Amino acid sequence: MNEETIHLDSVRFYWSKVADFKIYIPKLEIGRGEKVLLLGESGSGKTTLLSLICGFLSPISGDIFLNEQKLNDLKANKKDQFRSDNIGIIFQQFNLLPYANVIDNITLPLYFSKNRDSRVKNHREAALNLCRSLQLSASTIAMQANKLSVGQQQRVAVARALIGNPSLIIADEPTSSLDASTQKKFLDLMFRQIEEHKSTLLMVSHDSSISNYFDRTINIKDILVREN
Amino acid sequence: MLLKLTLNSLYARLLTVSMTIFAISLSLMLYLSVEKLRSSAYTSFTNTISQTDLIVGSRTGSVQLLLYSIFRIGNATNNITWESYQDIIEKDEVKWAVPISLGDSHKGYRVMGTNKDFFKHYKYRGNKSLVIKDGKYFSDLYDVVLGFSVAEKLDYQINSSIIVSHGLKSFTDHDDQPFKVSGILAKTGTPVDNTIIVSLKAIEAIHVDWSSGAKIPGQITPIDEIRKMDLATSNITAILLGIDSKLKIFQFQRWINEYPEEALTAILPGVALQELWRIVGVVENILLGISFVVILTTLMGMAAIVLSSLNERRREMAIWRAMGASPKIVIGLLMLEALIISCVSIFLSTFLLFILLYFLQPWIDTTYGILVTVEMFSLSDIYIFILFIFAAMFVSLIPALRAYWFSINDGMTVKI
Repeated sequence: MNEETIHLDSVRFYWSKVADFKIYIPKLEIGRGEKVLLLGESGSGKTTLLSLICGFLSPISGDIFLNEQKLNDLKANKKDQFRSDNIGIIFQQFNLLPYANVIDNITLPLYFSKNRDSRVKNHREAALNLCRSLQLSASTIAMQANKLSVGQQQRVAVARALIGNPSLIIADEPTSSLDASTQKKFLDLMFRQIEEHKSTLLMVSHDSSISNYFDRTINIKDILVREN
Repeated sequence: MLLKLTLNSLYARLLTVSMTIFAISLSLMLYLSVEKLRSSAYTSFTNTISQTDLIVGSRTGSVQLLLYSIFRIGNATNNITWESYQDIIEKDEVKWAVPISLGDSHKGYRVMGTNKDFFKHYKYRGNKSLVIKDGKYFSDLYDVVLGFSVAEKLDYQINSSIIVSHGLKSFTDHDDQPFKVSGILAKTGTPVDNTIIVSLKAIEAIHVDWSSGAKIPGQITPIDEIRKMDLATSNITAILLGIDSKLKIFQFQRWINEYPEEALTAILPGVALQELWRIVGVVENILLGISFVVILTTLMGMAAIVLSSLNERRREMAIWRAMGASPKIVIGLLMLEALIISCVSIFLSTFLLFILLYFLQPWIDTTYGILVTVEMFSLSDIYIFILFIFAAMFVSLIPALRAYWFSINDGMTVKI
């Protein structure tokens, strides 16, 4: 592996108020451009791991590197900045600001990241291109986010994660709210865009049937130790 | 972008937000209208009499003198002799003088004896003069001029006949000498509206058959005979004075207060009015306090509404955070909301106030004699607005800090 996008070393984390939830991640490495599926049941600590990687949570001990930047060293506001510069996030559902239109939702990260903003000449044009590639029709784009179907919302979320080309895409079970046929269409479109943008992808799911889309599948049990 | 999205967000919650804005606007309007009424009442009150430099009466307190001479409340303890009056008006400093004689009444309204100079020199609200609405000033001995409210309440027209009662609450009428209405004054909003004005000679005329405050039994002088009499005034109640130079007012006031022939008091109407207002103004301050509490309650209501919507919007906060918004921006968003709501409320409340005043102004003026001016914001209004905005921002800190706490702790794990 030449360059690493994500590197975790001896990371330990627990909530001060929740005694029976302590996790330890000895090592996790994800290379640049790699597409990795992280399999695990709910409650296994997947979301906590993602929060650590995104810098929402800070480890008790150990190091987290993102694009060679040690997250622990960053102050809170720098961490927010770093996140918006480097990571596109897709949630399970309710990804969008319900009251904003599609274009505003997609271009929102550009407002917080100068880095990503500098890569996009024309915000509207870039958002429209992404929508076209993700097969969102012109009439859909004109709508307010809460008027879209769940499938459409998830595709808008992909467009928002990809705009301005951040190096890492983090997806937290983005397909769990979709039915089987929509799921396939969604994954096909998402992966085509991720290939095109040469982004690194870390996606969490409990569904092993989709592992053929990925370069590598990691079972969370193999990298994360529960210390109770 | 942030402003646009905040506006979008507010628009999406249009019903709740507009109810909040409406509630705040109403309470703000309540406060503004009380404040407006208060300041207008103060202005009207302190402008009850203007351009009169001194009011002279027999030795008494300044508020009492003001009350009986101008507001026709209470009684004079003593009279001023006609000799003293002559002495005073002969002084060089006196530019003009109006004698006033009080004591009788008609159906609860005071009868005031004076001369035609009263109509010339009595000024209110700066330099407004009394205006005859109907008819003319008195020319005949038994002519009266009615204040606006007297004519309206008692339904008197020109040529109506009036019997004056002796004293203020007596059953003895001067029924042998009926008066005739010669003129009715226009509305002033001052106690003149409630006054019946006759000539000084008329006051003497109705007391021809009286001695020491009681009717001489059996004596009825015929009117024809009274008309032939001299009817010289011997006593008056008060004098309104205009002094030829403002610089001499205090000096002349002292001269009257130290007048050796008779115990007299001279007061500056403006100072006495201020003194009186300090007593009356307490009620207004209470009203003001109440409306202030109303504003405070509404602001707390606004904070409560934002606070209760916060749980639903937790998801939204997480999205902002995932986009790279710092917790400070999350606070800022909620503060911006409060700012927009309070600014819109200010505009709406002043708009409502203008509409309200526009329709109520004539009614307030005729009913209470208070001229409420429909004008743009005064400086104190602007202070209130700024204070209000700060207060709104301050109370919205409560939900904003909670949102901050949420956004720090939630991270990606958001329960809905």
